Amino acid sequence: MQLILFLLLVSYSLKTGYCDWDLNLLIMNYLLGAFKPACNISITFTDGKNRKQVPIKKDNGQTVMNPLFQSQETISGKISIEPYQGKKVEHNGVKVELLGQIEMYFDRGNFYDFTSLVRELDVPGEIYERKTYPFEFSTVEMPHETYNGVNVRLRYVLKVTVTRGYGGSIVEYQDFVVRNYVPLPPINNSIKMEVGIEDCLHIEFEYNKSKYHLKDVILGKIYFLLVRIKIKNMDLEIRRRESTGAGANTHVETETLAKFELMDGAPVRGESIPVRVFLTPYDLTPTYKNINNKFSVKYYLNLVLVDEEDRRYFKQQEITLYRLKEETS
Amino acid sequence: MRTFAGVEDEDKWLAEGIAGIQHNAFFMHRALDANNLREVLKYSVLMLSELRTSKLSPQKYYDLYMRAFDQLRQLEIFFKDESRHGLPVVDLYELVQHAGNILPRTYLLCTVGSVYIKSKQAPSKDVLKDLVEMCRGVQHPIRGLFLRSYLAQVSRDKLPEIGSDYEGDANTVMDAVEFVLQNFTEMNKLWVRVQQQGPGTVREKQEKERNELRDLVGKNLHVLGQIEGVDLEMYKETVLPRVVEQIVNCKDELAQYYLMECIIQVFPDEYHLQTLDTLLAACTQLMPTVDTKIVLTQLMDRLSNYAASSSDVLHEFLQVEAFAKLSNAIGKVIETQLEMPIVGAMTLFVSLLTFTLRVHPDRLDYVDQVLGACVVKLSSVPKLEDARAMKQVVALLSAPLEKYNDIVTALTLSNYPRVMDHLDDGTNKVMAMLIIQSIMKNDSCISTADKVEVLFELIKGLIKDLDGTNTEELDEEDFQEEQNSVARLIHMLDNEEPEEMLKIICVVRKHLMTGGPRRLPFTVPPLVFSALRLVRQLESQDGDIAGEDVPATPRAVFQILNQTIEVLSSVPCPELALRLYLQCAEAASDCDLEPVAYELFTQAFILYEEEIADSKEQVTAIHLIVGTLQRINVFGVENRDTLTHKATGYSARLLKKPDQCRAVYACSHLFWVDDLDGIKDGERALLCLRRALRIANAAQQMANATRGNSGPVTLFVEILNKYIYFFEKGNPHITPSDIQSLVELINNEMQSDNGNTTIHSDPFFTSTLRYIRFQKQKGGLMGEKYDPIKL
Repeated sequence: MQLILFLLLVSYSLKTGYCDWDLNLLIMNYLLGAFKPACNISITFTDGKNRKQVPIKKDNGQTVMNPLFQSQETISGKISIEPYQGKKVEHNGVKVELLGQIEMYFDRGNFYDFTSLVRELDVPGEIYERKTYPFEFSTVEMPHETYNGVNVRLRYVLKVTVTRGYGGSIVEYQDFVVRNYVPLPPINNSIKMEVGIEDCLHIEFEYNKSKYHLKDVILGKIYFLLVRIKIKNMDLEIRRRESTGAGANTHVETETLAKFELMDGAPVRGESIPVRVFLTPYDLTPTYKNINNKFSVKYYLNLVLVDEEDRRYFKQQEITLYRLKEETS
Repeated sequence: MRTFAGVEDEDKWLAEGIAGIQHNAFFMHRALDANNLREVLKYSVLMLSELRTSKLSPQKYYDLYMRAFDQLRQLEIFFKDESRHGLPVVDLYELVQHAGNILPRTYLLCTVGSVYIKSKQAPSKDVLKDLVEMCRGVQHPIRGLFLRSYLAQVSRDKLPEIGSDYEGDANTVMDAVEFVLQNFTEMNKLWVRVQQQGPGTVREKQEKERNELRDLVGKNLHVLGQIEGVDLEMYKETVLPRVVEQIVNCKDELAQYYLMECIIQVFPDEYHLQTLDTLLAACTQLMPTVDTKIVLTQLMDRLSNYAASSSDVLHEFLQVEAFAKLSNAIGKVIETQLEMPIVGAMTLFVSLLTFTLRVHPDRLDYVDQVLGACVVKLSSVPKLEDARAMKQVVALLSAPLEKYNDIVTALTLSNYPRVMDHLDDGTNKVMAMLIIQSIMKNDSCISTADKVEVLFELIKGLIKDLDGTNTEELDEEDFQEEQNSVARLIHMLDNEEPEEMLKIICVVRKHLMTGGPRRLPFTVPPLVFSALRLVRQLESQDGDIAGEDVPATPRAVFQILNQTIEVLSSVPCPELALRLYLQCAEAASDCDLEPVAYELFTQAFILYEEEIADSKEQVTAIHLIVGTLQRINVFGVENRDTLTHKATGYSARLLKKPDQCRAVYACSHLFWVDDLDGIKDGERALLCLRRALRIANAAQQMANATRGNSGPVTLFVEILNKYIYFFEKGNPHITPSDIQSLVELINNEMQSDNGNTTIHSDPFFTSTLRYIRFQKQKGGLMGEKYDPIKL
């Protein structure tokens, strides 16, 4: 009975060619439980209780809280391995790895590690009872932020491996989140532009900056120089453009993250409409430029005017988003 | 874009909207009870989203708006209480701005904004400024108007006006004004746009709908008028110029008219007075189709009332030269607005005149100036035909009459008659009647010839036929009424000074003579009597004024009279002329002017002979002549003889015997005047009576011959009475035996006539007999005289 179930689960993972970490863990745990697995591995961070936790959305839709780090931080903690009652764990060594991985969805399951640090925790031997290993990766360079995109994902993970000759090694993962803060950009020009369709619509728009931090407010003005069409409304959209791959394999995915109505009704010539968009409510990330030649994430403000026949007139402007160091944290 | 659907559809949409609001309000209330901010915001946004509809007419939309408005009150209370939602108001202010749709967002922002101001955590002026700015995002006219109206409403009690909690520090009343002005400007822009939303076929309906929205805009001006601390200076420097700028620039007829009206109604009179320049300049800049006249009229009416309210303010009017400014402005408006119908211009003039009369009652030159301008305008158009315009002109002309209660004042206005010239005949008459009525009512006496001249010029519509008047159309009663008025008017012309009075009479005569045959019978008699009054006055003063060089002599007057009456005789109206001649003759007699009197009598006789053909008229005329002649004692024997002879002669030639008889016995009085120095020719008097008796006899016989009975004896009895009269007066030729025989004659006549019927059937005779008996019994001198008479 138990065997059949195992086979089913394995065939499932083979068939889909898909192995989620969670599912993996679930399977492992199950297998461990089923075969009375040898040990329980837990990873704790040094300041785990005080460290800020941020929500990360997982593929199954669940949100879990993960500790937050930034580049140059020392990542340390303890790993404890506790064999199940009365069992001993025989191994060829214990190690912990800190991995920075990029996974492309068209190439799912294949991880590209741009960062890989290893600490050997134990020489081959046997563990009879709970054993705790401290570990430390000091001032780790983590240039990229954790990112969950449409076609690409970037993650940081601690991977503990108890190597065994038979029955497979025992592996435990612990995700953590990296966010990097940048100072206020020294140059931050406003975006100002006059656009239009001849003899039809002329507008001048101005956004106060070209670079916004994630909790910023976009302030601006739309000035109508000429209006010959019957405008129904005007929206400001925040769009994310995620491009993955390179060359012929480039995938571009554009999402509209925010649709914010700026104006209702038809303005007349000379009217100026205020823009005030708070970025806080939206799930934004900083702009990522060519992360390890794998992917880029860009943001755009798209000004859309809709006329009474539902024709859309729009103008898209790239903005740079960055993560400003928060005062409070 | 709202399509113009049927009423039922609209009702349906409204019902749906209301249902949507109620549905979401229910959940909002539940969230409110649970103090769940997130849910509250969610459902309030959903609720407010119902207001995003474009399907409703303004009226229906208002209905929807009011329901949402009630809910927002609840929400405001919740926002106010930080303990319930746990968020500082400044954060709340940001939070509501996360809403994606602008309309719910701005409604919530205004609601929180009002709480924000109340919390005093931010200067009210900043919040107000932000709110009014953020509302710009709603450009849909109707939605925008209601949103801003909501803003105006929630902010009304939070303006930093003087004396309010929110004033002080950096928040001045100026900020309050600035806020309201801006909101007003934006609302007006939206309002103006309502009409531009659709094809021409629905214009009319849209105009109506727009009108329904106007109070939303006007309310701002109302608020401006109420803000504490807006003093004259601020009004003059900021408020009015800004409002006017908006009004002028919006170039919308309806808005300009309504808002000008609002300004005039909302702000105090003294402000208007001090800003006349601006206001009037604005009036001239409005669209040509705007009914400027009503605006100006209202302004002037208000100022007039203000002036009337207290005499203290009058000097202000002088100070700002209100009249000159208004007058100029009106001139300009009339000049520029060529399409303005004449009635409009006239209405303006009436208002200006009313204003002038109230503010500058002492400045007749102003009044004249207004009338002058009116003349200019009237001259520029062809004949005035608009009945309403005519009415206005009448009002224009009546105003000074009412004000001064004295036509004399009006008569000094040189332009007054010139305005009247522009009236059509009918109206001219109405106006003339008004003038006369005014004179009558105020009992004003016109005492110089010049004024009389002017007055008659004014009322010439009544005095003579104007060119082209169709006399056929005139109503006889109206005509009589008019002419009676003129006749009454003539009596109001009076001057103590005979010379002036003579002039007046000449003037009046000159005018009346143009009146034509239909009017003269009405107008000549009063003139004649007026002149006669002068004659009597002159006569009584005779002692004081002597000498021939004085023009006003009775003789001169009589000359005029003679000529006047002569005209009447040719009208023809001989009976009237005759009477007037006789009246004059009597007056001449009183003045000891024998030749004049004689001449007048001659005229009367000529009239009698030549013009009076009707026998009844003749009888009357004869009696009048005899009566007058009897009283006149100025004639010498010869003249008198001639006249009496004539009169007796006429009497005897009357057609009917009884008339003859009566006339003849009446003539007897001509020979026996019971005065101290009266003529006492007893013999000729008796002759007359005898002749009368003969005629009576003849009449009796004629009656016998034609009808078989001789009829009553009345004639005899009447003659008997004459006998008795002369007897008593001491005519020596009348003896008791004459009387006695006459009585017997009458008795016989009655017996023969009536056979066996009662003898004393004639009451007159019976009374006469009783009188004789009475005199006999009384005794004394008279009794002795009667004694010989035996009955």
